[in-house]
Amino acid sequence: MRVIGTSIPKIDSYTKVTGAARYADDLKLPRMAFGRILRSPHPHAIVKRVDTSRARAHPGVLDVITGTDLPHRYGIMPTTQDETAFAIDRVRYVGEPVAAVCAVDEETAEEALDLIEVDYEPLPAIGSIEEALAHPENRIHDDTKRGNIMKEVHLNFGDLDEGFAEADLVREDTYFFEGTTHAPMEEHACVADAAADGKVTLWTSTQTPHYVHREVAKVLGIRLSRLRVIVPPVGGGFGGKCEPFAHDFAACLFALRHGRPVKFTLSREEVFYCHRGRHPVKMILKTGVKSDGAITAVHLQTFLDGGGYASYGLATVYYTGALLTVTYNIPRYKFDGMRLYTNKPPCGPKRGHGSTQPRYAFECQLDKIAEQLGLDPAAYRKQLAIAPYSTTVNGLRVTTCGLKECVDRVVEASGWDERHGQMPPGRGLGIAISSYVTGAGKAIYWNDMPHSGVIVKIDRGGGVAVLCGSADIGQGSDTMLATVVAEELGIDVLDIRVYAGDTDLTPVDLGSYSSRVTFMAGNAARRAALALRAQLFEAAGALLDAPADQLAAADGCIFVANDPARSITFVEAAQKAEAEHGTLSAVGSYAPPKLGGEFKGAGVGISPAYSYTAAVAEVTVDPETHDLKVDRLWVAHDCGRALNPTLVAGQIEGSAYMGFGEAVLEEQVFRKGLHKIPSLLEYKLPTIYDTPEIVAMHVETHDPEGPYGAKEAGEGPLNPVIPAIANAVYAASGARVDSTPITPDKIQRALKERQRGASPPRQAPSKEVVATR
Amino acid sequence: MTFQVNGEEHRVAASPTHTLLEVLREELDLTGTKHGCELGHCGACTVLLDGAPVLSCLLLAVEAQDAAITTVEGLAHDNTLHPLQLAFAERGAAQCGYCTPGFLISGAALLERNPSPSRDEIKAALAGNLCRCTGYTKIIEAMELAAERMREAERVSAGA
Repeated sequence: MRVIGTSIPKIDSYTKVTGAARYADDLKLPRMAFGRILRSPHPHAIVKRVDTSRARAHPGVLDVITGTDLPHRYGIMPTTQDETAFAIDRVRYVGEPVAAVCAVDEETAEEALDLIEVDYEPLPAIGSIEEALAHPENRIHDDTKRGNIMKEVHLNFGDLDEGFAEADLVREDTYFFEGTTHAPMEEHACVADAAADGKVTLWTSTQTPHYVHREVAKVLGIRLSRLRVIVPPVGGGFGGKCEPFAHDFAACLFALRHGRPVKFTLSREEVFYCHRGRHPVKMILKTGVKSDGAITAVHLQTFLDGGGYASYGLATVYYTGALLTVTYNIPRYKFDGMRLYTNKPPCGPKRGHGSTQPRYAFECQLDKIAEQLGLDPAAYRKQLAIAPYSTTVNGLRVTTCGLKECVDRVVEASGWDERHGQMPPGRGLGIAISSYVTGAGKAIYWNDMPHSGVIVKIDRGGGVAVLCGSADIGQGSDTMLATVVAEELGIDVLDIRVYAGDTDLTPVDLGSYSSRVTFMAGNAARRAALALRAQLFEAAGALLDAPADQLAAADGCIFVANDPARSITFVEAAQKAEAEHGTLSAVGSYAPPKLGGEFKGAGVGISPAYSYTAAVAEVTVDPETHDLKVDRLWVAHDCGRALNPTLVAGQIEGSAYMGFGEAVLEEQVFRKGLHKIPSLLEYKLPTIYDTPEIVAMHVETHDPEGPYGAKEAGEGPLNPVIPAIANAVYAASGARVDSTPITPDKIQRALKERQRGASPPRQAPSKEVVATR
Repeated sequence: MTFQVNGEEHRVAASPTHTLLEVLREELDLTGTKHGCELGHCGACTVLLDGAPVLSCLLLAVEAQDAAITTVEGLAHDNTLHPLQLAFAERGAAQCGYCTPGFLISGAALLERNPSPSRDEIKAALAGNLCRCTGYTKIIEAMELAAERMREAERVSAGA
């Protein structure tokens, strides 16, 4: 391997460090008009009347649209199509799009928003899980089967009663994970243009061009073949740009109506309203263990605060249950999940999608169990660890698993054995582990087509183009594609150009979500490159008078492997092959194997491979003020094989940072339906000062199905960081804080309650509510 | 209005209410300078005004007349990257790249006045810039690598 496993700079680094990379808002087209969106000031209201006449009459205004202009319902999940581009007769959260203005410039569009008259009739608003359950009569969507319950899931694997009866210790704890948002540095933006023939091009900041393509065409009522979606460089996503938004629909409609380009750029405040971020989740977790710590049964109940619409919530609720089983031997498992509608911006996928919250709960509870049983929390996790190549109780197929090695690495690096429990008051270490999917086993809409496709074509001058529908959101997927093709064709990465995320030119890749791109697009790229290499080797073999299977490709040459002096250049081989085969291009595609059980819901959680992570956190808690400082994080991650160690380390560090922010600083919170802190100043993104030192380590397990053995690194490393910090806070202060974010006031409260001998307050719905299920 | 940007003089007819950020991006097409909030919270719009980092979203363009303005497009000379740009590329300090121009400007200003910054000095200089991708680790590494290379280059040229 000459390129795989080396830390080449990202191929887009050079445009990004010079300011040359053109993001969506950097695009400028002749005659471009500008759009702005009017949003609801009410968390829940009937829209009685929308009068756009004054706005339309405003000089410089080209057009105004409202909900009735785009009435088709859509939704990212085929079975939960509960949104329209703009509200039609009802608004369900503050910030919901109500109308859009198109004008000659942004200021004029903004002025015209003030001239749109909307009569609202406020309705009682639902602000929490408890209110959603307690007030089924205040129904947010009329078509739910029961109250405000958007989705209920009940899965049972094995005899729970038997498992808890066998246990020597049964713990039931309640946890609450607060909602958080992605806050990518780039605000969402798009430009749409349309010609008189009705063809539309949409440049938009998205992680999922294919899904945007499908949904926007559907809502506009045009054929998919008439819409082209192009992804410019994306300034961060983290799950927040995985579906179409009102501005995408509006830009396309305005462009179609007026035959000129239209740009929308959201303000930072609007990005907070788009949200689709981490669900607030209440979790009741009951675990039985034998006296040696072996788990006999687990019962997890989750309640998700979904916000006003479904988004990915159908998948999220399943994900809160599905992945708890892939780290430890759990012989019996019951999962009850429920997602509620509330009058807040819709929640959706954020890095670690649905697995982050229950992992926090489980790892915190395991810390308590270890303490009760007198077990070392690190050794205990290794004792429980699932074996490689096993099947979980809920039917998930685990292949490679470097979990124990990850624990060893963080234990060694942090000095755990010498320091845990030996540190001065106010300081402590905590440990936690986790696992994550390497790509969802099913597409959002179920189908039998590939999840990723790649075209590789070779120019007779030796230039190679790689075409893939993937979206590089900063993680380096374009670089991954170039790396794979460079490896197989034996050429320099600089001889390759990657064209990604263009629905006209590139074959479908489902998008940058569920940590799927390296595994799936990487396999597809490799297959395409190998097909071309076979043609090149055949041609080269004839020129070198050697059998094709004895040739190798490297450094821009094709040569006899055991006699490298017999060699021709890549360009010579390409020209010979083109003469024989015609224009050189090949396709590769990848679909995951058929996996999972037969039960309803078995499609969520399946993945061709699982990554594993362990984290140790070191914290200091001030004994007087309870001020919490996270000093250091050690994170060891089993990413399969690291195709580019620097980029893998960057993903681990970025994940650890984001987990740190969720653990102690960030919260997406509301008062009477109003977002309390919709700005980057008040929503406390960690600064360079806040962020602890992060020590990232790779554990390599060569996965048999991953490209060159690779799995994922983009999301998994986030999950264990949060419970590791929570467990470290306990070690440092004696405070068990069972809700996020862990703040000084919560530490103080927990310590006071501990002194009083009281049990911590329940954070979950009342017993009566649970009993009704 | 007349501006000196990256060593070039530009005459612009723009509204007196427009910020420097708006003039740079919309009138001069210098879109390398980014915006993440337009409220002075994120640092993505940082540019140099007479060598000092300022937030171009908080500065009216009229206030920046007669000053020497440097944007990210002005860091490289004749297509040769500034050592900090190269270090950012090599160390993976630019993931999505959206905050990168702001970090490069703040970082280059620090290295200009302090060739051997400590880790704390690096953090102090970059504390006004938010990054959501990297956890700042690779950014700090790139700063240290660039500082080392710039000191080495200085030693070589002083010795020559």
